Amino acid sequence: MSVAAAVETVDLAVTPLRELNQRLHDLASEPGPRHWRVVNPNGAHAIACGLDADVEVEIDGHAGYYCAGMNKRATVTVHGNVSTGVAENLMSGRVIVEGSASQSSGATGRGGLLVVHGDASARCGISMKGIDIVVRGNVGHLSAFMAQTGRLLVCGDAGEALGDSIYEARLYVAGIVKGLGADCVEKEVREEHLAEVRQLLAAAEITDVEPASFRRYGSARRLYTFEIDNADAY
Amino acid sequence: MATGADWGLRESYLYDRRVIGEIQRAAREGIYDIRGFGAKRKVPHFDDLLFLGASVSRYPLEGYRERCATDVVLGTRFAKRPLELAIPVTIAGMSFGALSGPAKEALGRGASEVGTSTTTGDGGMTPEEREHSTLLVYQLLPSRYGMNPDDLRRADAIEVVVGQGAKPGGGGMLLGHKISDRVAAMRNLPKGIDQRSASRHPDWTGPDDLEIKLQELREITDWQKPVFVKIGASRTYYDTQLAVKAGADVIVLDGMQGGTAATQDVFIEHAGIPTLAAIPLAVEALQELGMHRQVQLVVSGGIRTGADVAKALALGADAVSIGVAALIAMGDNAPEHDEDYRALGSAAGFYDDWQAGRDPTGISTQDADLAARFDPELGGRRLANYLRVLTLEAQTLARACGKSHVHNLEPEDLVALTIEASLMARVPLAGMQQGLLDELADRVAVRLAEQTS
Repeated sequence: MSVAAAVETVDLAVTPLRELNQRLHDLASEPGPRHWRVVNPNGAHAIACGLDADVEVEIDGHAGYYCAGMNKRATVTVHGNVSTGVAENLMSGRVIVEGSASQSSGATGRGGLLVVHGDASARCGISMKGIDIVVRGNVGHLSAFMAQTGRLLVCGDAGEALGDSIYEARLYVAGIVKGLGADCVEKEVREEHLAEVRQLLAAAEITDVEPASFRRYGSARRLYTFEIDNADAY
Repeated sequence: MATGADWGLRESYLYDRRVIGEIQRAAREGIYDIRGFGAKRKVPHFDDLLFLGASVSRYPLEGYRERCATDVVLGTRFAKRPLELAIPVTIAGMSFGALSGPAKEALGRGASEVGTSTTTGDGGMTPEEREHSTLLVYQLLPSRYGMNPDDLRRADAIEVVVGQGAKPGGGGMLLGHKISDRVAAMRNLPKGIDQRSASRHPDWTGPDDLEIKLQELREITDWQKPVFVKIGASRTYYDTQLAVKAGADVIVLDGMQGGTAATQDVFIEHAGIPTLAAIPLAVEALQELGMHRQVQLVVSGGIRTGADVAKALALGADAVSIGVAALIAMGDNAPEHDEDYRALGSAAGFYDDWQAGRDPTGISTQDADLAARFDPELGGRRLANYLRVLTLEAQTLARACGKSHVHNLEPEDLVALTIEASLMARVPLAGMQQGLLDELADRVAVRLAEQTS
């Protein structure tokens, strides 16, 4: 079996997190295994963050804060739940969470794809800057707060103040939106948006949700320059 | 026409001409005053302290011959590569966006010439800035504009910004006329819109989260870089202890006089505590944890002279940072631009509209024509000169106090000119002998005992 095809297993019950991350970081400049399996993560923070290599990392269990944070190119799959800030500031690559995620999922992400198959909590996609986020379940309050660019697709419901102070990010929600935040409005779904929804669902490998069921939300652009008559929206 | 100088006219203390003008401006424009610079009100400051110098009981160093070292190492707690500075004065975070590209370049040139560091700002790192800064601190702010792992690894240190002295609890602001194509691209925003930076970090809340965030930043950078935590001076004792508990290598403490590129005037003047009051709180917090000098303290907010530098160090800081003074050294508010300033409704020495992007010196602007007026080599040279003067002045005072390193300055070298400064800085009022202080304390104790009995 070639080195590239082998699965490198790291047991976090015996291997320090620092050693795992260092070995994964070394792949940015050195050859090594391309498929990794992390067992006994036991909710550790900062697992597989800062990667810059075409590798696949599978985490067998629950991960703590900032799992796969700031990654480039890598594919990280969590067979469990994740805590705060999964895929924060993601640059590229994919992060797939089979369970649910705590708050600030995909915060400030610049690129790549985050898929959460369960629910995501509050502030999902906060300050997103180009990332695509697909949530199979629901998202909590203040999701896409100050979202700049990128796309958030929610197959379930969204909590209060969706898209508060949003800039140019595009939001799609199939379920009920409890409330829209300042300057966030519902917008018409045209054919190009439907195509975008289909593309996001396909990228997330979600086949049982009807693309036509999504409604689109975005910025009314009323807060882009200060006007005293909009002061109550600030 | 009568003027205020005429007999018989009395200007109100409460409603002086500036207050009246501001009420009228607010009524006319319907928006709070947004400006740059820092607090303009008078608060107790380093000017209210004096060095005692040597005497019969203290031995000075020879002014021009005996060595008085100025080197500082920041980030000795966890980082594999601490920041080694030749002088105890660094350049505070100022963004590309707030400042022009040539101005950022000049900051790098000036700082590098004298062996100290510069800091990015709320807008990411530019290649020019990295190229011209031998030592560059990369800020992680709530907005995360331009944040990426490559620049994190290119940086020499990371500064997690929790707060800023000019606006503790406030986010950033960059008005639409400074959002050029390049600034917009770096911040992933449309061109020309008002840019509001968040006041809270998007992915952590509170000290326990901060600890995990610092761990993530260290993991991403393989524990190479020092991680600073910058706080605006407010609940300084607690903030310092919590930042240390969270794992900070360095505390950056910005007093209320700290500068800003664009903040509401009401915020600049009415939030935070003076630098003078904040330093002893931070030092006390560090000493209680046994971490003074283990976690370094960098102080900013109103550092203008070598005397300010020396006094901050004597109170327990390891280094200071300058922002406003650095811009002034590079040409801001220079008299040769007076005519241009007057055309903008200001004057040399008063200009604070750094938010407006029309700076005739080419420093606080994104206008290509204005920015082209600024010579980064000359600006860098002037900044280097100024940093050298600050250092020489601090050394002069340190030698006079008999210190072979500026870090050997201590509170015992200082006295205060006012009761307020004495209480804030925790140094005796000039002329007050310990015996008298003890006697006063005894009298108060007796009275307190009588009241409680």
